[in-house]
Amino acid sequence: MSESVKSPWVLHYDASSCNGCDIEVLAALTPLYDVERFGIINTGNPKHADLFLITGSVNERQVPIIRQLYEQMLEPKIVIACGICACTGGVFKECYNTLGGVDVAIPVDVYAPGCAIRPETIIDAVVEGLGILEEKRRLLAAGSLEPAELPKQPSAADKPVRGETVAAAWQKAIANALQTAGQEEQ
Amino acid sequence: MAERTVIPFGPQHPVLPEPVHLDLVIEDERVIEAIPQIGFIHRGLEKLVQKLDYQSFVSVTERICGICAFGHSLGYSETIEVLMGVEVPPRAEVLRVIWHELSRIHSHLLWLGLLADGFGFENLFMQCWRLRERVLGIFEQTTGGRVILNACNVGGVNRDISNEDLRGIVLILDAMRDEYQVLLKTFLKDRSVANRLRGIGILPKEKAREYGVVGPFARASGIAEDIRSFGYGGYGLLHAFEPILSEECDGYARCKVRAEEVLQSMDIVAELVEKIPDGALSAKVKGSPAAGSRAVSRLEQPRGECFYYAKGNGTKYLERFRIRTPSSDNLAGMVHTLQGCDLADVPMNILTIDPCVSCTER
Repeated sequence: MSESVKSPWVLHYDASSCNGCDIEVLAALTPLYDVERFGIINTGNPKHADLFLITGSVNERQVPIIRQLYEQMLEPKIVIACGICACTGGVFKECYNTLGGVDVAIPVDVYAPGCAIRPETIIDAVVEGLGILEEKRRLLAAGSLEPAELPKQPSAADKPVRGETVAAAWQKAIANALQTAGQEEQ
Repeated sequence: MAERTVIPFGPQHPVLPEPVHLDLVIEDERVIEAIPQIGFIHRGLEKLVQKLDYQSFVSVTERICGICAFGHSLGYSETIEVLMGVEVPPRAEVLRVIWHELSRIHSHLLWLGLLADGFGFENLFMQCWRLRERVLGIFEQTTGGRVILNACNVGGVNRDISNEDLRGIVLILDAMRDEYQVLLKTFLKDRSVANRLRGIGILPKEKAREYGVVGPFARASGIAEDIRSFGYGGYGLLHAFEPILSEECDGYARCKVRAEEVLQSMDIVAELVEKIPDGALSAKVKGSPAAGSRAVSRLEQPRGECFYYAKGNGTKYLERFRIRTPSSDNLAGMVHTLQGCDLADVPMNILTIDPCVSCTER
């Protein structure tokens, strides 16, 4: 087991959450749950961090910032989506300025649901993430760690509209694909 | 002559729990101007009223902000009750105030902790958050949630607290009070705290009026404004209510006002538990808001006065819902306090306003 798994440092960022999950992330670090006793420390510097705890759904303005933070973190690194908004968009999924969960901007390793997420769930997710972190570290040492690919630049136009059937969404997607294929041929 | 430099502050910064961006124009170490940029947490939540009916929308209003969650569901419910002429049972009104005041205790303890963290007093931060967990324990026992309570609905509340449990809550608060006095002494008497807060971010009374700041920020500048003193809802049962004021106008005054409001909220809860009437928990709400009907209501949130507006269109969906939150009022005052301060004091200035960005941007 490596040092980073024994004492992982955490970078926390609020993508566009309602604060509910943020204060629970902090509550996990403070006396009642106190994960600091396991060496988990909250840091403000992405280069120091092993775990990226990210809360809230993502809007277009946040995408470049989240990507910058993610890219600044050094391998091996783990992204944990904290709360249902970070997983899927949650209650704000249908808001006009919400693109969806965190996975529209960066690859996510662990999804931790809850509204607001409970500190116990965060601790569970971190423990699960540490397993993946150790695996990544082993691959990195062996020189075979493939960096995860960033999802393509999301846009509000890709978001399904409320009331749109799955068939209609597929038709739209196929039409878009054909159009781009046609443009490439020209 | 020193050269002017622009330093970007945020959106990701250790002192900020939420993303807000400031362009700080500095000369040597002195801030000449601060230009805020917001929009990082805008979700477009007000527009959801057209997709969710007015009763389900209560759960969305709770998620405007996780810190003042109960307050927003209360403010929204009160607005719809005015819009539809619903009479709320007296027990429900008092239960709402009890939850709301408990939220204020939790919000202020959270803020005091963040402030202590901001000036590097890690122990005090942990102690504040330790005490705050007691209030979250009360929330969990009475509603099942720690942050999002879902206890308020249009017409009343959907959970009761038995009179026995209410007395238990007062006992918990009494036990907290003794421990809180120790923290209070540190905040108000400790020299290292005073060094970081005294004379920082001064907002004189006239300026505070001019910028229209609200809440503890205004009360720390000597403006006696508190919506609770109008005695709306359950606050009417209180024998007296005096807003806590300070004339010092600096960061220390804002810390003092909030620290003392915690004790005031404990008193309010204890008094209301004595006076709570028995009776129904919720009034029946039928039909939809009439076409063209409008209603407003005001509420004292932990961060200040919050203003709600709703307009009906004859269906179960609202035409428009609008909130003016305390932090958006206070932003202008914050920018004023930043002008002329040292770069090292910028985090203190931002923190003493207690900005809630997710309320502001929704």
